[in-house]
Amino acid sequence: MNIIEAGHLFKRFGAVTAVNDVGFTVREREIFGFLGPNGAGKTTTTRMLTGVIPPDNGTATILGHDIQSAPVLAKQGFGVVPETSNAYTDLTAWQNLMLMGELYGLPRALAEKRSSDLLGMVGLVERKDQKVQAYSKGMKQRLILTMALIHEPELLFLDEPTSGLDVQSTQMILTLLRDLNQQGTTIFLTTHNMEEANRLCHRVGIIRAGKMVAIDAPEKLKTAIDRVHKIEVSFEREVPGDALAGLEGVIEISHTGDKWQVTTQNKDLTIRSLVTFGQQNGVAIVTLNTIAPSLDDAFLRLTQEAKS
Amino acid sequence: MNPAGFPEQVRRAWVIAKKDIRIYYFKGPVLIFGVFMPLFMFLAFLAGSRQLPLSFLVSGLVGMTLFFSATAVSPAIFPWEGQAKTLERLASCPVTVEAIVFGDMIASILFGIGITIITVIIGLALGLSLLHGITLLTAILLAAFCFSAIGMLLAVPPTNVPSNIMILSSLIKFPLVFISGIFVPLEQMPFLGLVLSVFSPLTYFTDLVRYSFTETHYFPVWIDIAALAVFTIIFTVGTMFLHKRTLPKRM
Repeated sequence: MNIIEAGHLFKRFGAVTAVNDVGFTVREREIFGFLGPNGAGKTTTTRMLTGVIPPDNGTATILGHDIQSAPVLAKQGFGVVPETSNAYTDLTAWQNLMLMGELYGLPRALAEKRSSDLLGMVGLVERKDQKVQAYSKGMKQRLILTMALIHEPELLFLDEPTSGLDVQSTQMILTLLRDLNQQGTTIFLTTHNMEEANRLCHRVGIIRAGKMVAIDAPEKLKTAIDRVHKIEVSFEREVPGDALAGLEGVIEISHTGDKWQVTTQNKDLTIRSLVTFGQQNGVAIVTLNTIAPSLDDAFLRLTQEAKS
Repeated sequence: MNPAGFPEQVRRAWVIAKKDIRIYYFKGPVLIFGVFMPLFMFLAFLAGSRQLPLSFLVSGLVGMTLFFSATAVSPAIFPWEGQAKTLERLASCPVTVEAIVFGDMIASILFGIGITIITVIIGLALGLSLLHGITLLTAILLAAFCFSAIGMLLAVPPTNVPSNIMILSSLIKFPLVFISGIFVPLEQMPFLGLVLSVFSPLTYFTDLVRYSFTETHYFPVWIDIAALAVFTIIFTVGTMFLHKRTLPKRM
């Protein structure tokens, strides 16, 4: 089942086209990473999906409700952690949570229980009666996450949730997101932190200059960007380079230290050839690694291709 | 519970109003424009117009107080919230724009009524008699609603700089005070002033307050009430319609 269905979303601000014909789906219980460089259209797309701004064209169905024609029903089912901290700084953490509970129509007792649990989870119980203006950035971000979770949403939108945070807050938030996803929450995560996306997301979509340039699982994206692959292999004793260069699928070889780096167009075929080579020549393989491009490489390649 | 249903949205508007009361009532600009401004204008007027009867002056003070206080909170909330990015928080919550606007209006109405009741009490303490209490109560309720809608209308331009809205607000509010029979009785106004006063809802409210304290009035009471009701409906519908269009531009 698709939790988010975005189709042909288009948004223009004056002469600038911020989002141009963007469409994708997010499946139930998925962590979907929405990646792109600064100004690519990530936040604008998220704001259209969350009903904060209307698209000039296109549709978005969230949890089965059209965000334009039934915004309240759609919003009732999701929580949002926006890009910038936006708790009420004149209120305490507790008052902010009670406000959210009331806005989502929760009974008071349930809102209080959820608030206590959530504040405990993010380590803010001791500071719950302090005004938010005295909070650090990390504390504010943790509070905002609890505000988005007060009504136990099926879907959570997060726009750069760990941007500028310390390691402790970042780890706490990422662990919490992983736990939430395991409990069934679908997560739409906007980020430009590749490592974060690589570790968390089932699939990622990459946007560049308002257009989607790729949607796939991180590992597939990494491998898809290069038609050639690199395999690093070391044997228990010296082997002739000519013999390796002649193996099936091998394009190029290079020798560094005790390792051979083999470039191939067909990773599977070359690995099989290397194993067979070892067996036939009575030489054991000590290590064999495929060197995959990082998600950073994939991101840079895809966004640069779109630019050119 | 249908979150999109009318009763639930009204309930959520009340939640927004409670939040506004907690956060915005004691902000500097609200106290300056809603409490001190009418008070000092009244004192200045009192010092320079000793020949006018106390009943006229207090009626004017009540009119001015409600007008300034009910329009002090509502224009600033949207720019403040836009600036603090909390408006985006509200916009992503399951509340309609109408409910957000209505919530801000409720906070403004209650602020206006609260401050105005104090001035009525001051008037009574100074020896004035309240001749038509029900009329005064009706007028205050209706006018508070109407003026808070005017306040929300002033916040329609999608700026997130509160001072810009406060300047615009002053530019519109002050001329209204001078054409609405607060400082100059309608009977003594020049023809042009009288024509302009017809288009100010404050005129009808001030007329009703005078009637409540002195039994003198310029327009029939039912016309005053009907005019206030019509202005209230027009401004409320108008502000909700316009904010729905401009809210996304604040994000």
